[in-house]
Amino acid sequence: MIKLDKVSKKFGTGVFGLSNITLSVDKGEFVFLVGPTGSGKTTIFRLIIKEITPSEGTITVDNWDIGKLPHNKVPHLRKKIGVIFQDLKLLLDRTVFENILLPLEVSGVRAQEAQKKVNEVLEKVSITAHKDKFPIQLSGGELQRVAIARALILSPDILLADEPTGNLDSKTSWEIVKLLEDINEKGTTVIMATHNAEIMKTLSKRVIGLDKGHLVKDDKKQKEDKK
Amino acid sequence: MKFFQAWLNIRRSPYQAIAAILVMLLTFLVISFFTFILFGSSKVVSYFESKPQVTAFFRNEAKQADINLLEDSLRSTKKVASVKFVSKQDALKIYREQNKNDPLLLDLVTADILPASLEIATIKIEDLSSISDTLKVSPIVSEVIFQKDVVSTLTSWTNALRRIGIALVVLLLLVSIFIMVTVIGIKISQKREDIEIMRLIGATNWYIRWPFIFEGIFYGVSGAFLGWIIASAAIWYSTPFLSSFLRGIPILPFSPIFLLELLGGELLLAIILGIISSFLAVLRYLK
Repeated sequence: MIKLDKVSKKFGTGVFGLSNITLSVDKGEFVFLVGPTGSGKTTIFRLIIKEITPSEGTITVDNWDIGKLPHNKVPHLRKKIGVIFQDLKLLLDRTVFENILLPLEVSGVRAQEAQKKVNEVLEKVSITAHKDKFPIQLSGGELQRVAIARALILSPDILLADEPTGNLDSKTSWEIVKLLEDINEKGTTVIMATHNAEIMKTLSKRVIGLDKGHLVKDDKKQKEDKK
Repeated sequence: MKFFQAWLNIRRSPYQAIAAILVMLLTFLVISFFTFILFGSSKVVSYFESKPQVTAFFRNEAKQADINLLEDSLRSTKKVASVKFVSKQDALKIYREQNKNDPLLLDLVTADILPASLEIATIKIEDLSSISDTLKVSPIVSEVIFQKDVVSTLTSWTNALRRIGIALVVLLLLVSIFIMVTVIGIKISQKREDIEIMRLIGATNWYIRWPFIFEGIFYGVSGAFLGWIIASAAIWYSTPFLSSFLRGIPILPFSPIFLLELLGGELLLAIILGIISSFLAVLRYLK
């Protein structure tokens, strides 16, 4: 589903954001991406949606070599991948409902159908009661749910969650993780960046560790190596 | 939804919207007025051109017999289509008719101070000068007015006006384009973050551009419409005054069809202007 082959990303300052990363994630997997701040988790997500391009190496998403993807196809790629951004990136002058509607609007889905879909997703992440509020009126956990709802609205094949439990208390964090697990069980590939050790242990899913841009741990690879 | 988004953008920054609409209004007001002036003056010219005639005014001491003699000699040249004698009394009647709304002017004038005249229309325009030469040598004629002179004076005035008008309109069009580019550019900068977010969730470039282009069209169309309304109202309001000033030359009132055609043309131009300037802004600020 997602393949990174010898990917390096050098930033303008000469600092390596990522160096020589090779990993692959299969369809339907749930993967934790862990590492301290600045280890390159977010950089990997940005590379996958082609917000930035790698300095070296190739990235394949669903058999598309995204390095060769022409500019006008980038929106197609981004519609296949739902992203929960670390800073959420919600539009502050739009209501919860309108924020979640946006990807459908962008894709040209007809209004009636779009509204129906938004209501379904609102239900799924249990924030129907807040649908007419603006982002500043919501709590951290509620905002996180809005971001998840927006990432899910186009029923993407892949969901990238960048520290979705970052600023939440443990109860709310668990609710969010349960939600992501549900989504994964219905067939969506989920990659979740986190440094919440408790959640990782409890869920016992594949863990990919990064440190200063280097791959330091990959459960799957280690298992394969043992074989 | 795109229209709605454009409308929201406009409503949320009313001062920028007002600046853009006002400069468009000014541009189209000037365009409307110059169209009126050029259309009107070309009608005045063609009115005079359609009347190949000379008017000879007689001295006060001219006797009726001499006048008749002159009239006969003109007729005998076979160049004239019609000769019309206007006596002092007729001249007064015409004068009264032209100034019927102004009693002060009527009181002052009697038949004595108005000259009798002969209006001679020729069959061919070329014959006008030979006829006027004949008239000028006659001792009883005080003055010969030649429509050709009127036409050439008017034409040179019209040409000058047209040049000034075109220069002014071009200048205003440029100013309005620059102001619109600036206003829309500011809007784009203000929404930079939102635009970035939309891109990240898969918005195409056109999805992002459309609201700004609609916004440009909106400014253009509102400005053009308001400018046209003001110009049309002004011309309608001043029609009675202008008609008496033009003394029977049939220009006013402008037909509603002419005004609607003008509106149509202006709206088209406004849409083109709106698209050009918002597109320039989008190219400049949305990379």
